[in-house]
Amino acid sequence: MTDKKTLIINGKEVEFTNEPNLLEVIRKAGFKVPTFCYRPDLTQFGACRMCVVEVEYPNGRVMINSSCTMPPEAGIKVKTNTERIRRIRKTVLELLLANHDRECTTCEKSGNCELQEYAHEYGIKDIKYVEKRKDAYLPIDDSNPSIVRDPNKCILCGACVRACSEFQGHSVLGFANRGSKTVVQPIAGKSLASVDCVFCGQCQAVCPTGALTIKSDVETAWSLVNNPEIKTAVQIAPSVRVALGEMFGLKPGENTIGLIYAALKEIGFDLVFDTNFSADLTIMEEAHEFVQRLSENKDLPLFTSCCPAWVRYLETQHPDMLNHLSSCKSPQGMLSPVLKELVPQNFEGITKENLKVVSIMPCTAKKVEARRAQLIKDGKPETDVVLTTQELGKMIKAAGIDFDTLEPAKADSPFGGYTGAGTIFGASGGVAEAAVRTAYTFATGEELSNVDITPLRGVDKGSRTKDAEVDIKGTKVKIRVVSTLKEAEKSIKEIKNGTADFQLLEVMACPGGCINGGGQPRSCDDIHIKEERAQGLYKEDRELPVRKSHQNPDIKKLYAEYLEAPGSHKAHELLHTTYSDKFTGSYKDLVKH
Amino acid sequence: MSLPTQTGFDFHKVDSILEANSYEKSKLIAILQQVQEEFRYLPLDVLTYIGTKIEGLSPATVYGVATFYAQFSLEPKGKFEIKVCDGTACHVRGSMPVLNAIKARLNLKDGFFTTDDGLFSVETVSCLGACGLAPVVVINGKVYPQMTSDAIKIVIDTIINEEKEA
Repeated sequence: MTDKKTLIINGKEVEFTNEPNLLEVIRKAGFKVPTFCYRPDLTQFGACRMCVVEVEYPNGRVMINSSCTMPPEAGIKVKTNTERIRRIRKTVLELLLANHDRECTTCEKSGNCELQEYAHEYGIKDIKYVEKRKDAYLPIDDSNPSIVRDPNKCILCGACVRACSEFQGHSVLGFANRGSKTVVQPIAGKSLASVDCVFCGQCQAVCPTGALTIKSDVETAWSLVNNPEIKTAVQIAPSVRVALGEMFGLKPGENTIGLIYAALKEIGFDLVFDTNFSADLTIMEEAHEFVQRLSENKDLPLFTSCCPAWVRYLETQHPDMLNHLSSCKSPQGMLSPVLKELVPQNFEGITKENLKVVSIMPCTAKKVEARRAQLIKDGKPETDVVLTTQELGKMIKAAGIDFDTLEPAKADSPFGGYTGAGTIFGASGGVAEAAVRTAYTFATGEELSNVDITPLRGVDKGSRTKDAEVDIKGTKVKIRVVSTLKEAEKSIKEIKNGTADFQLLEVMACPGGCINGGGQPRSCDDIHIKEERAQGLYKEDRELPVRKSHQNPDIKKLYAEYLEAPGSHKAHELLHTTYSDKFTGSYKDLVKH
Repeated sequence: MSLPTQTGFDFHKVDSILEANSYEKSKLIAILQQVQEEFRYLPLDVLTYIGTKIEGLSPATVYGVATFYAQFSLEPKGKFEIKVCDGTACHVRGSMPVLNAIKARLNLKDGFFTTDDGLFSVETVSCLGACGLAPVVVINGKVYPQMTSDAIKIVIDTIINEEKEA
């Protein structure tokens, strides 16, 4: 006897074990079933009815079931593409399209929209239902720098509502009203900017249509690149290199950094640098800060400050804990002022006035971060334009560049060289791991022999809270790594009620870290993409000759020639920032006692 | 502890309602009903407040519940809440002429449900379960059976006169 269970899908016998639902079994067997609302990292919802299949039970009864909400059962016969099923799916599509703003060509999501894709696949030609009147359209919210919400393109699949609640524990978005008047919106239809949204962009990452999109800065970037009066320097974040290739048919996790440098030069950026370099710089400052706080036993645990969604969360929800937050700017925030300060000294024809910095980030919240008052100097933002991975992909396509056949290029010196510690910043746990590699040396004067801190690695659903203990020559240091703000909130509660037992808390708001950021190519329908991207980063870390930030020769040179030492006055001026509980318009205003 | 007063609501009352329901997420509907009883409607700031105070809820979620159920109103209701039954029995026995008579007597334009002085608000409801008495009007819980356009005018006039004398 065996405990192997089988069922039949489209005439083929398929084994299954612990799959959470029939849809996963069907997909594993290699059959395609469309869905809008099913996202493997979120709870099953069963709202869209696109994944319906015909199920024949052993007693001969035939039922139409939504495969995403149905557990697999032994002995059933499943058909995924009968005429009846096709008719149901077509009706669903027609009903959705009748209520949908179908201005596809000017939609940000065009070409990447599941509604468009299925309407095409199912051959929807005319819609027999009455179309929604244009005067019944609801206003579009584009009041913030990172996310645009267009309720007229919403199909009420609820993926964003679940992402906001299940990833961030925050529920900024919710369903309102009933029946045909149902909408997804922040309370009372307010703008995202006027509620406590952290702009992580996960709502937008799971949205199947153009209802939630990234606010595009592509045109601004082109206008800088094409302006002969302006010199542009660009920086690329760690996780962009292992995801951008997906937009050009390459595998998730394939490191395309050489191609990205080449494409950026082809597009016309004058200088190409790497945010990995400033990730190393961040580690120098943060490890210094950590060692100092440990020795003074002050403001512990130290919170990492690389994730702008996390910073905003703390500022709006727990301003009383801002003393824990590292004063280090994020790597994006560090590199831009360094470039503006030092590039004019190193390159001819570039002045403080004509230099603009563009950053390529996996993140929608970085767009908001770049507009923080603390990161604007003399009325000018330190980072001028923030593009997401997706936007860079679009620029490369628009420029007619054949991405995967480019000759790999190198970054410009001296702000392009990086170590393995810098590159793993993109995965949850990477910042803490990189910090430990350097903090060990700062605290003991010796080198850490085994730099792989594997308990801090892992980006799947079960690894959203990770703990590790590091022995720094007799002193045990405990490290907590979390991804998603829902998990962060649990750690905050532990700190507030005195049960927390860790000295360093790394938080990334997106599940799995930046590799799964809101600005990355679509990855919400396959849970393995996160893992593959993370592996891409850890692979590069293993292969790089230098794996500790403090051994980066360019970083050493920068300190020797300019910054003096970590934590110096100059370093503070350029690389550190402040936080404040000044976010007004938040509902916290109402309950401030 | 002083709560903000810029919105003009007494949040202490909300606190005591939340307290009585032990801040439980599962008691949200009961909480909203009690709040509506207190304020005669659900002010937006109070929804925000509840969404912030109860763990596991958010303002957007509370707003979603409040806008889902027809029993909740996000606009201030009148001191006298007139409910005109428009169930099948009441409808065929003339509930619409009664409603129109009420609107005419109170000078309510289309799309407005509460009088400017805040004395009356009018709404239609589905079956009240008193079909034998159709058409039925309920004002602040008191049932007025077998209403006609003339009869409802007298009822309203009486209330207005009583209010003037009070």
